[in-house]
Amino acid sequence: MHKTIEMQAAGMDYKALNDSLRAQGASEITVRGVMGQRYLGCAMQDKNLTLYGTPGNGLGQYLSGGTIEVFGSAQEATGDTMNAGEIVVHGRCGDAAGYGMRGGRILIRDDVGYRAGIHMKAYENHEPVLVIGAGAGSFLGEYLAGGLIVVLGIGLDGKYPAGFFCGTGMHGGKIILRCDRKPEGLPEQVCVHACTEVDRAEMRPHVEAYCEKFGGDPETLLGAQYFVLSPNPEKGYHRMYTSVI
Amino acid sequence: MLREGQVRIPAGCAISGIFHRDGTREDGTRIMQSIKVMHDRSNGLGGGFAGYGIYPEYKDYYALHVFFDTQEARVACEAFLDRHFDIVNLSKIPTRRHPRIVDEPMIWRYFVRPLHVKLEASQLDEREYVARCVIRVNDQIDGAYIFSSGKNMGVFKAVGYPEDVGAFYRLEEYKAYCWTCHGRYPTNTPGWWGGAHPFALLDTTVVHNGEISSYDANRRAIEMFGYKCNLQTDTEVITYIVDYLGRKLGMTHEEIAHVIAAPFWQTIERMDEEQKKYYTYLRNAFSSLLITGPFSIMVGFDGGLMALNDRLKLRSLVVGEQGDTVYLASEESAIRTIAPDLDRLYAPRGGEPVIVTLNERSAQ
Repeated sequence: MHKTIEMQAAGMDYKALNDSLRAQGASEITVRGVMGQRYLGCAMQDKNLTLYGTPGNGLGQYLSGGTIEVFGSAQEATGDTMNAGEIVVHGRCGDAAGYGMRGGRILIRDDVGYRAGIHMKAYENHEPVLVIGAGAGSFLGEYLAGGLIVVLGIGLDGKYPAGFFCGTGMHGGKIILRCDRKPEGLPEQVCVHACTEVDRAEMRPHVEAYCEKFGGDPETLLGAQYFVLSPNPEKGYHRMYTSVI
Repeated sequence: MLREGQVRIPAGCAISGIFHRDGTREDGTRIMQSIKVMHDRSNGLGGGFAGYGIYPEYKDYYALHVFFDTQEARVACEAFLDRHFDIVNLSKIPTRRHPRIVDEPMIWRYFVRPLHVKLEASQLDEREYVARCVIRVNDQIDGAYIFSSGKNMGVFKAVGYPEDVGAFYRLEEYKAYCWTCHGRYPTNTPGWWGGAHPFALLDTTVVHNGEISSYDANRRAIEMFGYKCNLQTDTEVITYIVDYLGRKLGMTHEEIAHVIAAPFWQTIERMDEEQKKYYTYLRNAFSSLLITGPFSIMVGFDGGLMALNDRLKLRSLVVGEQGDTVYLASEESAIRTIAPDLDRLYAPRGGEPVIVTLNERSAQ
């Protein structure tokens, strides 16, 4: 079953490319010349895709296992509602990465657009993780219900690495931001504390995975100053959305 | 027949642009390649292009591109143009037969300048004179629509997929320092030739992905200043707002961006005093020209191009730079397909305009 196959996607329609990927018996598939084709690896369970080029929107939506590694950037809605597996992007990522993600891990080397990780949720043993190498746009982790978002702020010289309205309405999960000063002006649903050893231990395996994929020294990264955003229990959003009556 | 859920049409409009800051002119081949990558964002009900710098031999004349539904409309429109302009050249716009571009109207081009006596008598500035004539034809001559009216630039649009529209108009035969392009997926309004983007008045053109929630408020406000919104689509109102704020009030494109995509009050609240004063003034003075709803737009103008997202960035937009050339598109793939190696690629923030101009102009 561990067969390897290489394909060329240049000029192919997204339906034809997806049909062809699904029909492959091989478990290791490399695709070159990807250019804007949508929904690659959508709902995939057991294959490992290596993509060269720029895959289109909805990469790895509903991913339920296996891995997708992109040598290039990804566009909008990457890993939307993904359940398990891993997406690795050697570049940047467009808006709404990890939207409604329920499990698995996304590693993004550079920036991510607006609304990354909104509505991420955790349950039973499902714990989604989103790691962003550089900075994030506004609405990062909006209505976050569970899981972990780490923004490493690489190249940002300790400046706040997210945009406006970070964590608005969050009622579960955790957002860890690398920055020198405690972030100010965050929504009232968010509590901020300096990163503790427990937080650091929680992010360690993911920072190590990031460095393994993209280079860099995990100890240096882990030694930096981080702040942790968690839901404000006073604001009652957790009661509104997640309590069981 | 396929039922709901068995068929999916992925769509959402596409925009793309190329700008050469050093004034280099390129033909329409690459802009057509770029928009083709985003084929699935359109549904074949509209496509169009704007090219700047395409008529150097007529650069002092207004180039009017006109659709006529009937011969009567053409006769009436030409009589009107004869009364108001000196027409130095007129011809059909060259097209080629294309299997997917059908039911075309008559498409004519006129190079004109205002009749001196008429212009003097009107006591109007030349551009205002031309703008009023264009609005009058579009509003009052049934079946005639002037869809392009700037100097040394032109709009080419049709019902169809944009790459087919480009082939139909033989865009490989035009050379521009700036190209913008649109693939349409109309959601609320009919797809017709006049409703395709770009929307243009004088040298201002707009391509737009999104929909305007504030359309009626914006339309009521702008119609008070003599504009007529009668093209059955929301995008034209953006063209008139940009024209009004820029040409009539003399605002810069950056200021225009801060009016139409103004920051939230709660964001303004956290700014320093000077910025707070500036943004508060703009929001108060031009509240009915604030455009709400999701959008990414590109505004072309003589010598420059502005790209802008709504302040929530509900539509995608990326910018790539390579030397003196700037690429802008809804999707990165549309840029990479024509420029694989870029010096820089980034996504502008919501409400933050990207403005590029010709080097020679910015030096002035």
